Amino acid sequence: MLRFLARRLLLAIPVLLGVATLVFALLHLVPGDPVQAMLGDAASPQSVAELRGRLGLDRPLPLQYAAFVAGAARGDLGVSLRTNERVTAAIAARLPATVELALAAILVALVIAIPTGVVAAVNPDSGVDHVATTFALVGISMPNFWLGPLLAIVFSVGLGWFPVSGRGTLGHLVLPAITLGAPLAAVLARMTRASLIDELRELYITAARARGLPPGRVVMKHAFRNSLIPIVTVLGLQVGGVLTGAVITETIFAWPGVGRLLIQSIGFRDYPVVQGCVLFIAMTYVSVNLLTDVAYAYLDPRIRVGDD
Amino acid sequence: MRLKIGAGIVLVAALAAILGPMVTPFDPAAQDLPLRLAGPGGGHLFGLDELGRDVLARVLAGARISFLVGVTVVAVSTAIGTLMGAVAGYFGGLIDDFISRIIDTLMAFPGLLLAIALVAVLGPSLVNVLFALTIIGWVGYARLVRGQVLRARELDYVQAARALGAATPRVLFRHVAPAALPAVVVQATLGMAGAVIGEAALSFLGLGVQPPTPSWGTMLSGGRAHLLDAPHLTLFPGIAMAVLVLGFNFLGDGLRDMVDPKKQLRPAS
Repeated sequence: MLRFLARRLLLAIPVLLGVATLVFALLHLVPGDPVQAMLGDAASPQSVAELRGRLGLDRPLPLQYAAFVAGAARGDLGVSLRTNERVTAAIAARLPATVELALAAILVALVIAIPTGVVAAVNPDSGVDHVATTFALVGISMPNFWLGPLLAIVFSVGLGWFPVSGRGTLGHLVLPAITLGAPLAAVLARMTRASLIDELRELYITAARARGLPPGRVVMKHAFRNSLIPIVTVLGLQVGGVLTGAVITETIFAWPGVGRLLIQSIGFRDYPVVQGCVLFIAMTYVSVNLLTDVAYAYLDPRIRVGDD
Repeated sequence: MRLKIGAGIVLVAALAAILGPMVTPFDPAAQDLPLRLAGPGGGHLFGLDELGRDVLARVLAGARISFLVGVTVVAVSTAIGTLMGAVAGYFGGLIDDFISRIIDTLMAFPGLLLAIALVAVLGPSLVNVLFALTIIGWVGYARLVRGQVLRARELDYVQAARALGAATPRVLFRHVAPAALPAVVVQATLGMAGAVIGEAALSFLGLGVQPPTPSWGTMLSGGRAHLLDAPHLTLFPGIAMAVLVLGFNFLGDGLRDMVDPKKQLRPAS
């Protein structure tokens, strides 16, 4: 297990370095002079030169790169041009809101997906199965930037049950969590169905049934437990979808998280914050994927043995 | 069944996009300010938007943008991805390592994040959306084709072609790469759905197609200010997009079942 862990960690290093390099390059992809773009055409040459010095853009490119990577490794992502706040502090201030939204969305997804997937798998190719799988495909096809406003029209504007935007009470969380969780629910329901159908075909299930165990016990106690491994893996992989979905969902519902900070900073051309948010989200994604791999190897010894 | 429904939806949507100007007599840019935000009716099937423009005409014009983005992004991504994946899988070694590290790095950015970042620095425009979606799009094909080529290059008929002295490009593109074709076709169909959503998402965030050019994403973004007084601005572009994406997903799922050998062994469902 230790060898597996070390190997996975070593493999993650070039990826993280690649991510940092690409995020560093972003600022240099700005057409023309990035400093002029940030300050606008009316900026005086003095303020342009001052900001260029502050951002270290007057130094040779290799030095800028080394400083960026070293800063990122220390957790120093620079300073916001608009608020003078440290980028890491700005992200940290908004992180609880994003975590709260993401966890609520995952909870919503699991509550919808697991029962749907199990019912569909237990009755394969039945009417219930077709309805469930079609529903799942509709869920995947419904982008959250449409689902969100739609939910707001019905439940906020029409019925007045939940606030349209903002954060504070549990009521504020409901619509954003459903908006972000629905596509995840669709993916997880499909995975649960497929994984459980595979598991129900195994010989030990036939044996359990032959021993006269009740059908519900065979499904939930035996098959479902073993089908959880791929479901957990998919959940880990889908964290990426949740992270980018949060960018859009937070924008729709004015949810004060990291995603909204990113979009607002793009509007203000506050590039250090844009770089910081992108780097932070990508690093989180890589770390979650790494944890998923490790959890997978822990749960299924075949993986780590095969990898060694 | 799904295959047929998906193909039907995509065909009808493509025809509506192409024949848009014949479906509705209204110009998508023509404004009728006194009638602004009017609901469906009075000759305007989907109603009018905040500037008094016909929503149906704009939904149809938006469909053209969606198809343009979908076809362009998928075609270029497939070409680049297939080439890179085939080269990486066939030659292996340092070339494979180099291409695989690029793929790993690009895949470390979840979903649309890199596309959002790229358009944020390059500036919002249709061309930049196409560029950004292609940058994140090709890696999926490359990984897929690389895997298929790794398997195919060891097959007897490929070894035989090599032994007969066939040139590398011929072995690669005539014998090895076609093995990956069915999987690529499935991925490309699902990729169309991804590209349509990607463009709409970027436009929704104000980073894609810029007004007054009609795009489903910009229409949905404009509709947010009128959820209360004109929900039809949110309803119709959203339905159009969800139906088209569902069509591509049905088509992709159906094609996948068709080329999946495991499915073919099971009794027909």
